[in-house]
Amino acid sequence: MVPLHWYLWLSAVVFSVGMFGFLTRRNVIIMFLSIELMLNGVNIGLVALSHYMQDLRGQVLTLFVIAVAAAEAAIGLAIVIAMFRNRQTVHVDEIKEMKG
Amino acid sequence: MNMPMPNLQPLMPEILFLCFALIIMILELFLKSKETVGLLVIVAVAATAYLFPQSFGTTFSGMFISDGYSSFFKFVFLLNLTLTILISIRYIQIERAEFGEYYTILMFSTLGMMIMASAGDLIVLYLGLELMALSTYILAAFIRHDARSTEASLKYFLLGAFSSAILLYGIMLIYGLAGTTDIMKLSALLLKSNMKLQTLFAIVMVTVAFGFKIALVPFHMWAPDVYEGAPTSITAFMSVGPKAAGFAVIGRVFLTGFEGFTPDWRLLLIVLSIATMAIGNILAIQQQNLKRMLAYSSVAHAGYAVLGVIAGGSEGLSSMMNYLLIYAFMNIGAFSIIILLRNEQERIETLEQIRGLAKNHPFTSALMLIFMFSLTGIPPTAGFIGKFFIFRSLVYAGYAWLAVVAVVFSVISAFFYLRVVMYMYMYEPSETAEQALAPSAPLGLALFITAVMVILIGLYPEPFISFARVVTG
Repeated sequence: MVPLHWYLWLSAVVFSVGMFGFLTRRNVIIMFLSIELMLNGVNIGLVALSHYMQDLRGQVLTLFVIAVAAAEAAIGLAIVIAMFRNRQTVHVDEIKEMKG
Repeated sequence: MNMPMPNLQPLMPEILFLCFALIIMILELFLKSKETVGLLVIVAVAATAYLFPQSFGTTFSGMFISDGYSSFFKFVFLLNLTLTILISIRYIQIERAEFGEYYTILMFSTLGMMIMASAGDLIVLYLGLELMALSTYILAAFIRHDARSTEASLKYFLLGAFSSAILLYGIMLIYGLAGTTDIMKLSALLLKSNMKLQTLFAIVMVTVAFGFKIALVPFHMWAPDVYEGAPTSITAFMSVGPKAAGFAVIGRVFLTGFEGFTPDWRLLLIVLSIATMAIGNILAIQQQNLKRMLAYSSVAHAGYAVLGVIAGGSEGLSSMMNYLLIYAFMNIGAFSIIILLRNEQERIETLEQIRGLAKNHPFTSALMLIFMFSLTGIPPTAGFIGKFFIFRSLVYAGYAWLAVVAVVFSVISAFFYLRVVMYMYMYEPSETAEQALAPSAPLGLALFITAVMVILIGLYPEPFISFARVVTG
């Protein structure tokens, strides 16, 4: 049996990769993908903990997170499209009408 | 499998509100006049508020708690929704964004806040938070043809989703350490797990995520851009609603769930609140745009409200709740004036544009003066009462030095609030300030309510103060 802490390390690594991607990449779609990666890192941890503790709450939360992530994707992409129609770019460094 | 039917009584206001929202969403397709939709939402608000007193209790095995604390916050959310609808009706026509969905999405966002205030479990908390946040992202982008509105929404969305991911990681750690997500049982189980360092890490993650939601420094950088770009009515809505919801959750999670680690999170919050008051008030000084200035001011006000959580106990909590109620009136009042200034031709948002406003529009200027005085905290306005009780609870809790720091920043804030008054009263009128306003009956009603409440709470605070004190027990 794979020990619990392996899963937790995997979860932390996936989460960190997502966070690093969010902070370094400048394309909105890639930043958005990085957020999904962070959420999935959390999901790995939740399912592993839930399994090792023989408690269902973690898996319930995982299902909710997946559903919310889907809703978030729909809204996020809609906003990106509305943005693109006004500005013809998906590069965050060019989205800078407001500053200060 | 035999599942007993849970007691739905504590959930009745939310269920009714959701039914109204769904019905209005369908009705809106057949209604030509969108004013009627707004009116229907206000009817829904009244019906929901009527159910609060009978809804007290805990249900779904502790996942959903309806008590005085949550009802007070729900009252603030419904008030926020009502005032937002009153100021929106004419405004979204002017901005050519008059769609019926506007009102239903506002309702869904408010429903999310109500669920957050009642959350007895981290899972419910997360779901309420997402319902609120996802609806607000849409609302921020509601003027679809305006590049600034969509830009604001995009920034809000990216940072909001990022902060929810951080919150989830914190929840995962807490779940692993305590073995439960029930906020009421959390404290004892976290102490029993005997892993202080990991628990502190989880608390920091949760603090960071909530810091994003209520715009504490250094997690505030989205606020000015989003507040400036979003439709003004939505700026008013989200400078009060999501912020109050964030505080409702912080009050419950920190004071109950993390009770065993009070000295640690208190230190963290003290650092954040001082930074928030400092940066919010100092950066507001150099703003020329009124919406942007109010954004920094709302950052600073979050710093004051956090002081109530630091003081803790029922005294601190009730002063924080009162502060948020008062803040709702004065902040929405100030944004209503900006909406009143927005006419068919142009946006009047900068200090230069309101130069000498008092010459042609003395009544409007007088109202703005009241709200600016209140935001500064000058008696006899409500803002003074709010700040006074926060500082008093701090002194009682033994943090007199922190109260002194807050008063100093409060004095700094007088500079940029009173500068607005100076521009309106002491200069010769600019061209834009001579233009016609865009008054409407609902907007007038909203201004009347906010101005009267700001003065009334300032002169006669006793019922409001004791109300918050009674509900926190």
